[in-house]
Amino acid sequence: MRKRPYPLSELEDIPGTTVFTAKRSREAYHLHKFCMSLMDPANRAAFKDHERAYLNKFRMSEEQKRAVQDRDFNTLIDLGGNIYFLVKLSNTDGWSTQRAVGSMTGMTADEYAAMMRGGGRSPEGQRSIREGN
Amino acid sequence: MARITAGIATSHVPAIGAAFDQGRSRDDYWGPVFAGYDWVKTWEEVEKPDVVILCYNDHASAMMLDVVPTFALGMAEEFEPADEGWGKRDVPVVQGHIELAAHLAEQLVLDDFDLTLMNNLDVDHGCTVPLSLMFGKVDEWPCKVIPLAVNVTQFPTPSGNRCWMLGEAIAHAVESFPEDLNVQIWGTGGMSHQLQGPRAGLINPEFDNAFLDGLTADTDGLRSITRLEYLRESGTEGIELIMWLIMRAALGAEVEELHRFYHVPASNTAVGHIVLRPKAIGAVAQAA
Repeated sequence: MRKRPYPLSELEDIPGTTVFTAKRSREAYHLHKFCMSLMDPANRAAFKDHERAYLNKFRMSEEQKRAVQDRDFNTLIDLGGNIYFLVKLSNTDGWSTQRAVGSMTGMTADEYAAMMRGGGRSPEGQRSIREGN
Repeated sequence: MARITAGIATSHVPAIGAAFDQGRSRDDYWGPVFAGYDWVKTWEEVEKPDVVILCYNDHASAMMLDVVPTFALGMAEEFEPADEGWGKRDVPVVQGHIELAAHLAEQLVLDDFDLTLMNNLDVDHGCTVPLSLMFGKVDEWPCKVIPLAVNVTQFPTPSGNRCWMLGEAIAHAVESFPEDLNVQIWGTGGMSHQLQGPRAGLINPEFDNAFLDGLTADTDGLRSITRLEYLRESGTEGIELIMWLIMRAALGAEVEELHRFYHVPASNTAVGHIVLRPKAIGAVAQAA
């Protein structure tokens, strides 16, 4: 075995965080293809006109389609998604990136915005699940 | 001979572009962010770079779906702004420099960097927001731009040390280009931020300020920061800071800090901006 600076299992040790890997990228390929299709104004209009019919054009899992319709970004990330693809969806909705990102924290949009204005989330206690630091 | 005369780093938050485009750059929220860039706009009017090598990351706009390049160099005559879901930014088309780009492509692959070459590339806010911050609202960008996109999204990204080595190779490549060109290199993205999951909103001013200090005082320390350390300390998107190391390495051993700005927040992100001048312009290749 070649030497590595740390075991890759360490990536699972960051609280409230999912590291986007090649495997996840592949699991979300069709979800991401849908997201990138929203870079075209005609596709955005078709999606807004009938979300389910538009989603059915993509080989996404039922769970992924439902999470898109629910705008459930934490579930979309659990299902392989990456935020840079997913913001194509929130941009289509006219949401700010801050609203999309804040929706994953369990806070309201106002609470999250206030936290950011106050300097953001401290890293204290947020570095490692195992170490609790 | 072409020479790298300065390096600039800046965050490239999309909301900064939206505030700029919608005329909100002097309101209560955005005023302090944009004020941090007044100095560099005046300075750039004097510097007048011919070409900027602009290290940035594509945010799933032109890459990352079908192709995930680690380092991708823009080879085209021009690069259109991408539509990221709310229409294209109303900014000028980015003009490339095909001769220098081709020279970089040749020299960097000869130096064992296995680049992906992009003959067709739309550029997103990662590239156009830094241009707006440095040059303001213009009809045409005042210089040519060679975009260099780095994978900072899908693990494993290149290491910080690998980015450093690429920056060193870029310095040598630029200095061996025969045309007399004033070249700047920009590193964009960062500073600390996390855009996903319950930990979203993470900001680490201590880490960020140590990183800014390290650009002049402790580059070996910065080179040794692991991917895991970036993720833990600066958030999943804070790892964009590895692109600043490409810029820094291209300036040679010693630099002078001309300007620095740090502000929290812009949307979800800690904004950092620094302007560096190499102490010995054009001397990287001779020193080696």
